[in-house]
Amino acid sequence: MNAAGFPLLSLITWLPLVGGAVILSVRGDEETIASNARWTALWTTLIVLVLSLVLWVEFDPTDAGFQFVESVPWLSDYGLGYKMGVDGISVMFVLLSTALTPICILASWESIQTKVREYMLAFLILETMMIGTFCALDFVVFYMFFECVLIPMYLIIGIWGGPRRVYSAVKFFLYTLTGSVLMLLAILAMWMHAGTTDIPTLMATSFPPSMQTWLFLAFLASFAVKVPMWPVHTWLPDAHVEAPTAGSVILAGVLLKMGGYGFIRFSIPMLPEASAAFAPLMFTLSVVAVIYTSLVALAQEDMKKLIAYSSVAHMGIVTIGLFTFNEQGIQGALFQMVSHGIVSGALFLVVGVIYDRIHTREIARYGGLAERMPGYAFVFMLFTMASVGLPGTAGFVGEFLVILGAFKVSFWLALLGGAGMILGAAYMLYLYRRVVFGRITRDDLRAIMDLSPREWALFVPLIVLTMWMGIYPSSFSVFWEASVAAMVKHHQAAMESAVKLAGVIN
Amino acid sequence: MNWTLALPEIVLACFGMGVLLFGVLRKQDSTMLATMFTIFGFLVTGLLVATGLPGTGFHGQFVADPFSTFNKLLILIGASFAALMSLDWNEKQGIGRFEFPVVMLFAVVGMMIMVSASNLMTLYVGLELQSLSLYVLAAFARDDIRSSEAGLKYFVLSGLASGLLLYGVSMVYGFSGTMDFVVLRDQLANPANISAGLIVGVVFVLVGLAFKVSAVPFHMWTPDVYQGAPTPVTAFFAMAPKVAAMALLLRVMATPFGHLLPAWQSLIVIVSIGSMALGALAAIGQTNIKRLMAYSSIGHMGFALIGLAAGSEDGVRGVLVYMAVYVFMTAGTFACIMSMRRNGKAVEEIKDLAGLASNDAGLAMALAVFMFSLAGIPLMAGFFAKLYVFLAAVKAGLWTLAVIGVLASVVGSFYYIRIIKVMYFDPAGEKFDRRPAALSFVAAATGLITAFFFLFPTPVVDAAQLAARAVFP
Repeated sequence: MNAAGFPLLSLITWLPLVGGAVILSVRGDEETIASNARWTALWTTLIVLVLSLVLWVEFDPTDAGFQFVESVPWLSDYGLGYKMGVDGISVMFVLLSTALTPICILASWESIQTKVREYMLAFLILETMMIGTFCALDFVVFYMFFECVLIPMYLIIGIWGGPRRVYSAVKFFLYTLTGSVLMLLAILAMWMHAGTTDIPTLMATSFPPSMQTWLFLAFLASFAVKVPMWPVHTWLPDAHVEAPTAGSVILAGVLLKMGGYGFIRFSIPMLPEASAAFAPLMFTLSVVAVIYTSLVALAQEDMKKLIAYSSVAHMGIVTIGLFTFNEQGIQGALFQMVSHGIVSGALFLVVGVIYDRIHTREIARYGGLAERMPGYAFVFMLFTMASVGLPGTAGFVGEFLVILGAFKVSFWLALLGGAGMILGAAYMLYLYRRVVFGRITRDDLRAIMDLSPREWALFVPLIVLTMWMGIYPSSFSVFWEASVAAMVKHHQAAMESAVKLAGVIN
Repeated sequence: MNWTLALPEIVLACFGMGVLLFGVLRKQDSTMLATMFTIFGFLVTGLLVATGLPGTGFHGQFVADPFSTFNKLLILIGASFAALMSLDWNEKQGIGRFEFPVVMLFAVVGMMIMVSASNLMTLYVGLELQSLSLYVLAAFARDDIRSSEAGLKYFVLSGLASGLLLYGVSMVYGFSGTMDFVVLRDQLANPANISAGLIVGVVFVLVGLAFKVSAVPFHMWTPDVYQGAPTPVTAFFAMAPKVAAMALLLRVMATPFGHLLPAWQSLIVIVSIGSMALGALAAIGQTNIKRLMAYSSIGHMGFALIGLAAGSEDGVRGVLVYMAVYVFMTAGTFACIMSMRRNGKAVEEIKDLAGLASNDAGLAMALAVFMFSLAGIPLMAGFFAKLYVFLAAVKAGLWTLAVIGVLASVVGSFYYIRIIKVMYFDPAGEKFDRRPAALSFVAAATGLITAFFFLFPTPVVDAAQLAARAVFP
């Protein structure tokens, strides 16, 4: 229970499942069920969004610790409890999840026509699991939510996806599962060592350095696949291309962030020495991801694939920022994650708009859309600029802070990471030119319609958020400043004590 | 002599003879009534088991403790599910005879004696009563050549395993002079009493029991018997005898031979790794769902044995939680398999499930829950089962076993999610026939338990803890 005596986080987490139960109970012909499922899902997710805004208002940004904490004994004899709570780092991700889900439901309003009930059910289950992942304050509870995300996502890609959906769904499932099971063993080892899986306690526990190395590698196996980092990113383009639009949005918007969240919540605070030791490896992998996947993105013929590769590059910036261990770097990484969640989600929606009309994602099939779709061209341009990192949009702040943090570590790191921004501008502007400018050469494009009111309703909140984050970033960063400062201090203290210990031994 | 300790077994055996007499004397077909009486008998026995007092009786040959209570209840639950599911199936396949539930009942009596055995002799008597009944069940569809083959194969190989077991028992007796579990344990506490002959005897006992739980390399009979036997029998084989044999293995290894842990631990580790690997890899190529379940059960026994390999109270607790969850998952899966019937004919190929989600959303959802649970994906019961055995392995420092175990579970998840793929992603085939209420009931009940186990894990885990403590005196 929190100060208000009300389990707000549990309510937000489990409410979507209640909506799912309602959807399951609807009887009638197919049309009735579909319409009921859509409206129930939309209302449920909107109510969850409103409830989560209470978090936004009530959250105390000056407190670095966990707030809204709830604790119920579950398997208490074994040091395992159902514990929920958010700090400045996780509260943003909770809000990101609750904000993107209604948009996803709305985006699927017309494009999903088969098995609507099951689709909405899968999205509601997914929302529960996502929020639970970010709220969990017990490592085993976190793991359960983290893993269970696989079930709805596997079904969403596999049932409502494109032509190669089965291959992509299975690949997605097996890649992520392989990483996670190794993390499970690491969790069990920590459990043995500390006698509890309570996250705040584990953060305060210091693990022996040799153990830290193994734990870090096991965590890396799980989070690196989820982020995804080069070279285990190959599932992402496949999954993105085949997933339905809303599936891609949630995949890019929230699921990838679980990897970054994992690093910042578990790897860095719990295993400070191993994190420091492995930082060069992380930087190398991240820089390779930034440059290599940007180049790969330049060569793509499929719009979704291009954006998928750009996601890998942007998440590379995130991992650079996290492992700088300074406030600028980590804050930048967090900002980049939130902004990427919104911007890349919006870009997938942008692709979805023309895919719904022409049913192809091939870049060469398009051209000259500005003529027929001025509103669309504007929206597309705005998110392209945000993705490139134009000052005044959400993308700029995060990348700038990360580069700043990277400079403190090494000039070359900052230079190579910054190169990603230039390449990013190249592939995004190239994409935009090919799709929006030029002359209309195909007949079906001559009759294409501009954005419908429903589509505007999708984009307006995302545009507002993107501009807000770019123009007045501190209304977002204020949430995590205290938590990040505490984390950096904790890391430095741990490193100093490690150095002292080494001095004693020598 | 405290004969009331064996009251559940005595009552159940009397029930069996009563039902047998009733079936013989009644002129018209009495399969339905006999099955209902049998299930009622299981229920009464279950109550007696749950309320019975602990103690040792029959000159130390028979023991009732939390461990035996836990396993007997599991056996009775599994057997009840199997009996319930058999009714409609047997009638449709033309093998509806009242002897079926009676034979099943006697097998259960045998299993309960196995679980309560506190002496190598009692152990063998229970095991043989069980096995003889199971041979008959496997070959119950007399006119079906595959069923006869399954019965014969099971008879020959199981007979061999019993022989090995008996040989091991005789060696243990020869080198120690006793067959009593408690006396053996006291003797072996002194390293001077451990002789090479005794160890060889223990290995033979282990081999015999590994055969009964179908662990690699003694698994060869499993796929053929699973595929050949009538499906309710397969369901029964996958639940009750597995629990009984695993319980026996746990008790024998932990109580009398507990001090020999260094001698048998590496054997269990090898058997466990072999079972997990074979279960995961060999199942990939299967097209018949019963055969697939056979390999799946081999794999699951491998996972359960991880707990035994840990050789600790935590490990035994893990195995017991595993078996409890496994019984429910298996019952549900077989209820779904038995629902696969087109135009009155049972089908059992995986491709027959194509597009089930469109034809029968409820059944598809239930089977999906079981598959995710068998794969060990969190929030499903199967995850908790794996969590507890891996916890024990990590605690015991068996890192190789734990890492191979989790990787095997990833490989295994491939074929479980393939079934979900077939049901949800493939175009729909012809619809299945209307399924009987009993199957819907079993699938729904076990499905809910499997999906919502995470809400109430404590009673099961605590009961398993209590049971595990009983085998480590």
